[in-house]
Amino acid sequence: MSEFRQVSSNPHIRSKNTTNLIMLLVIISLLPSAIFGIYHFGFRAAVIIIITVLSCVISEVLFQWIAKRKQTVGDFSAIVTGLLLAMNLPATVPWWICVIGGSFAIIVVKMAFGGIGKNFMNPALGARCFLVISFASIMTNFNVDTMSGATPLAVLKAGDAVVLKDMVVGNIQGTIGETSVIALLLGASILLFTRVIDLRIPATYLISFIIFIVLFSGKGLDIRFIVAHLSGGGLMLGAFFMATDYSTRPITVKGQYVFGICLGLLTGLFRLFGASAEGVSYAIIISNLLVPLIESFTLPKEFGKGGERV
Amino acid sequence: MGAKLSFHGGIHPNDGKEFTKTFPIEEFFPKEEMVYPLSQHIGARAIPIVKKGDYVLAGELIAKADGFVSSNIHASISGQVKEISKRRVVGGDLVESIVISNDGLYKSLEFIERFDLEELSSEEVLGFIKEAGIVGMGGAGFPTHVKLSPKNPQKIDRIIANCAECEPYLTSDYRRMMEEPEKLVEGMRIVLRLFPKAKGIFAVEDNKKDCAKNLQKYILKGDAMTIKLLPTKYPQGSERHLIYATTGRAIHSAMLPADANCIVQNVDTIIAIYNAIKYGRPLTRRVITVSGNAFSKGGNFLVPIGTSLKEIVDHVNGFSQEPQKMICGGPMMGTALFDLQVPVVKTSSALLAFTRDEISMHDPTACIRCGKCSGVCPGRILPSKLSEYADHNNEEMFLKLGGMECCECGCCSYVCPAKRHLTQSIKSMRRTILSKRKN
Repeated sequence: MSEFRQVSSNPHIRSKNTTNLIMLLVIISLLPSAIFGIYHFGFRAAVIIIITVLSCVISEVLFQWIAKRKQTVGDFSAIVTGLLLAMNLPATVPWWICVIGGSFAIIVVKMAFGGIGKNFMNPALGARCFLVISFASIMTNFNVDTMSGATPLAVLKAGDAVVLKDMVVGNIQGTIGETSVIALLLGASILLFTRVIDLRIPATYLISFIIFIVLFSGKGLDIRFIVAHLSGGGLMLGAFFMATDYSTRPITVKGQYVFGICLGLLTGLFRLFGASAEGVSYAIIISNLLVPLIESFTLPKEFGKGGERV
Repeated sequence: MGAKLSFHGGIHPNDGKEFTKTFPIEEFFPKEEMVYPLSQHIGARAIPIVKKGDYVLAGELIAKADGFVSSNIHASISGQVKEISKRRVVGGDLVESIVISNDGLYKSLEFIERFDLEELSSEEVLGFIKEAGIVGMGGAGFPTHVKLSPKNPQKIDRIIANCAECEPYLTSDYRRMMEEPEKLVEGMRIVLRLFPKAKGIFAVEDNKKDCAKNLQKYILKGDAMTIKLLPTKYPQGSERHLIYATTGRAIHSAMLPADANCIVQNVDTIIAIYNAIKYGRPLTRRVITVSGNAFSKGGNFLVPIGTSLKEIVDHVNGFSQEPQKMICGGPMMGTALFDLQVPVVKTSSALLAFTRDEISMHDPTACIRCGKCSGVCPGRILPSKLSEYADHNNEEMFLKLGGMECCECGCCSYVCPAKRHLTQSIKSMRRTILSKRKN
């Protein structure tokens, strides 16, 4: 009786968008920063990127092989995690830091909670914070052959002047992927243009951060100070690439604005009043923990029940 | 024609209308056995009034509406009643049906044209519509005379002709509007006479500007009718969203269009109303789009209800390539077919055949929480979460997050990059809850 082979519930067509395509676009959008990092910090940066990515990929394959789960390495998300983690590492770290970081990100932060889409914390940032706490001196050593001295944020915190042009271009101290604002914005524009991400979280994040430092830095509307803060540290990398991570940001539209505000306030708080000059990573992973709460009070109103406009 | 109006969400799938857009409606005369399921509408199943061996003419009543929310069924050809038995219908169910051997002579009852339309009372008009067995032909199959008898007829101030035809591939309404706009406008006049306060709106998507122009030609100065162009997107023709897009009034799933003082009718339904009032003709034929890349030749056909889909396939010279997937209705909301020996019913809008099945090509993977599903959801709900609650049979959370507001349009499944069957999960849960509430 069954003359035809395929029966399914409606709808019977699907868009061309896939998880792999999204991950591939994220990888492509991180390439400008990765390439700038290699150019700026030298060949060592390339080795760190490769080892970190390989650690993530191999961790995922091994975990799923041992746990007898379906292999999902083909969705490229482990590569994204590896790349993001490498962007967050100083170019001076030894190879084993990459391996520990990569496997921690995948096995502890991602896989232990159910794999892609189920982790409540950004794997790359979770691993970075783990590394900073465990190996503080290694993770804050930014002295490479081509450059030495403090990061601009540390300089700023000490109350000294920084060179804005160098900060925007990326000719400064920092982790491999965070220094060049131009490269990061180029990558972010790829993500925005292809609609992988939208501006809700990054814009709310940056605006609320600016408001916070204007109000509480004691410098008021000091444009140079604001631009230095925006360009320094991991803010641009965090705002466009980490805070927008699907798994760990609220899925509700209103929740995304709330999330952005939380990020801006926490980052401002950590940077101005914290012990460390940097604060983006902690702001993001703490806000990640707030996501279920934020979602629960920002559920959208249904069509016909007041939710039709927006 | 006003500013462009819309609602939140929706998608722009490849519309595939170019395959059959230019094919004029062609009458089709089947030769084989005809099957009339007694339930082709929402409401009580009709009661057969013929028995095995009876000879019936085209247009003759063969099954009578059982109560108010039910519908008459008429023979669409002439021939002898072969049996009344369970036959398979599009969804796969076996439904009690009247089977008639088609004698191929197409002997018909005589229908007399009326010239006194304006003198008919509302009761008479509604009576003729009920008599003619007209139901919503867009897909739901709700009896039209019931829809046109709201609790407070004085309150109805908008009659909306659903000319959106937002489903990909479908061109039957388009052809109706191109070829018989005068009937559509006259049908609207008939409906408007039932609701003296109401204004008629032809809601047309802006990819069918030619239809809008065509309709405009027949709208006279005294007619309380306008044409509204809407952005082309799926599901523009969803009843609740169409009301919102044309009037700015929003109703939720538990409300009726009449609660927004509106009544929405599909193009083919309005033409059926015209035929019933002007000529006393019952609903025995409908336009079906035959399309998809597995057919050697597609088109738009005026098909007698009861015709087997197999005969339509043979009529268009079968398939050029072996189809992997066949659908009755549109690709977004239609029903996949596993058997072609099923009849055309009052709500069948298309027969599609594709050489590729996009569903079996991808296995669903884990949700990555990208949120695209809620971005396109016209119901403004969170399909990714709802489908998870549905899969875990968590009725409480499903209801709390507004699962019943799903209109089953399929946008979420369409956009999902993980290819998850979101609509299917939510729809199943909804149906389970709805049937529980009924009992």
